[in-house]
Amino acid sequence: MTTTAEQGFWHIAYLGFCALVFAFLIAPILVIVPLSFNAEPYFTFTEGMLRLDADAWSLRWYRQVVEDEEWSRALANSLLIGVSATVLATALGTLAALGLSNPAMPARRFATGLLISPMVTPVIISAAGMFFFYSELGLAQTHLGLILAHAALGTPFVVITVTATLAGYDENLSRAAASMGAGPLTVFRRVQLPLIAPGVVSGGIFAFAASFDEVVVVLFMGGIEQRTIPRQMWSGIREEISPAILAVAVFLIVFAVLFLLTVEWLRRRNAR
Amino acid sequence: MNVVPEQKTGRTRPGPGLRAALLVLPLLVFIGVTFLAPLANMLVRSVHDPVVADALPGTLEKLRDWDGRNLPDEAIYEALAGELLKSREDRTLGQVATRINRVQSGLRSALTRTARRLGNVEDGPWREAMTGIHAAWGETGTWLALREAGDRYTTRHYLNALDLQRDPGGSIVRQPEDRRIYLILFWRTLLVSLGVTTLCLLIGYPVARLIAHAPPRRAYLLLILVLVPFWTSLLVRTTSWIVLLQNQGVLNDMFVFLGVIGDDGRLAMIYNMTGTFVAMTHVLLPFMVLPLYSVMSAIPRVQTSAAESLGATAWQSFWRVYWPQTLPGVGAGCLLVFILAIGYYITPALVGGSTGQLISNMIAFHMQSSLNWSLAAALGGILLVCVAGLYVLYDRVVGIERMRLG
Repeated sequence: MTTTAEQGFWHIAYLGFCALVFAFLIAPILVIVPLSFNAEPYFTFTEGMLRLDADAWSLRWYRQVVEDEEWSRALANSLLIGVSATVLATALGTLAALGLSNPAMPARRFATGLLISPMVTPVIISAAGMFFFYSELGLAQTHLGLILAHAALGTPFVVITVTATLAGYDENLSRAAASMGAGPLTVFRRVQLPLIAPGVVSGGIFAFAASFDEVVVVLFMGGIEQRTIPRQMWSGIREEISPAILAVAVFLIVFAVLFLLTVEWLRRRNAR
Repeated sequence: MNVVPEQKTGRTRPGPGLRAALLVLPLLVFIGVTFLAPLANMLVRSVHDPVVADALPGTLEKLRDWDGRNLPDEAIYEALAGELLKSREDRTLGQVATRINRVQSGLRSALTRTARRLGNVEDGPWREAMTGIHAAWGETGTWLALREAGDRYTTRHYLNALDLQRDPGGSIVRQPEDRRIYLILFWRTLLVSLGVTTLCLLIGYPVARLIAHAPPRRAYLLLILVLVPFWTSLLVRTTSWIVLLQNQGVLNDMFVFLGVIGDDGRLAMIYNMTGTFVAMTHVLLPFMVLPLYSVMSAIPRVQTSAAESLGATAWQSFWRVYWPQTLPGVGAGCLLVFILAIGYYITPALVGGSTGQLISNMIAFHMQSSLNWSLAAALGGILLVCVAGLYVLYDRVVGIERMRLG
């Protein structure tokens, strides 16, 4: 038998280890935030910043990003492609999830496997294949091509979240509505959709976030006119490192936290 | 609603199976066209390349009967001369020369120079004329290479991707030592993926356990700490690691300040394998913690307490009661992390330097820089088969329909 003192030691060691892992997860993201207010073009804390010297901190990189036309064009592209791809992915994904949740669906397992495959296929392979194929169709270097590509990559997220939500849906509600004379479309629109809406919205947010962060397909298929925020960051990291990308990074972190809190809020609402 | 008349006329309504299939069909068609067709197209490209065959049909036709030991006869030289000139006119010569050059390097200049100078040659004998322009036409190896490059369907790119080639006799042999690149990369990708998966399990397991058995409010807060990196842009996280690990970065500055290392002894923690490894672990850790957490939170706390009250040590109650029940989560997390790791591209490309590159980076290199698309497709084909195999395994072990996000 171990003594209580020994157990206490191991417990504290365990908590300490977990604290380190949490620090590993979060610290790299947090460190970006103060550095983005650096007055100097460095990627590290200057002495002035550490002394909390007001002159060492500034908003210059934020100003630079806001005033830069390339970044605003990138934002417009990201929003256009992201929103269009999300609408497409959410509509198709929700319909498919309704079918897949039906035990009568033939070859259900195989179909699910195919529909989820874009999520696990290495993105370099998807991007290479899409580049060849979309070029032949004349869709490379067009917004439409990227919208279709991002929609394809986003649908698995919608299928997964909506299927998960439908697992908690009581089929008797649909039957009850139908028995009172509602047609299939009315049942879906008035009964089922409002109840699974949290799952649909979560799926949409996942799909949007996936498109908003996608860089490899854009790298292969997009031209200058289709540069998105991640694509712009990619060049920023590879070519001309400037703290401006830290300012953009902070903006993306804020986005991520908003997405995350919304999805978690919807999940808890759904669980209740 | 026209439900009633429908029933009256006795028209059969679609059965539930058909109705379900009709709901899934639009997405299946969409994914088929926008995603699966491109993959199929890529796989075809890895074995099919018609450029040389289309440009030099007559030459290749005649080469089919050639014995491969002596130089071909005059008729073949004449056919090639004519087709080279035509190809130069059609502006396909560059593509043709590039492809033949990949079979035997050095032939690009032979082809382009020959095509350029042949314009001044009025009449045969073509063999002497061509050998006069470039000595390569006096070697049988050149013609063998031409014949090989002329195959419409070929396994050459797959052999190449596995550091193999065909010798003149047609049997498969390894590439010369200095040209073996890809097997090492596949091997490195495998090792890195296994390493990252193991590390994720080792550090993710205790954390998932802590979250799963914390009181609800605290568990929620801790879960958010795991989810923030999960949701944060990959490029942002990679940037973070550059900021932290680079030579003039935060960590090195801190070490120098604390006197751990001298200013001239700054550690190279990024743009090498260390950078790839650390950043990959950071990115993939949530994919390990989340499935572990969801399995662990379903295990009642009383079980381990019961085991311990019956005399088991803390270790025994963990190893014999708790661990076996978490195996589904361990399997799900490890497979998911491993699948994502072997196809990893962005992080190694940005922080891997020259020693931290994985197989995906080589595919990108052949797509964007060397423009050897057939080889890129073959490397992609091999990687795709590996991922597909793991995906099927995941479905068997965990079940795709049980995949959850966040």
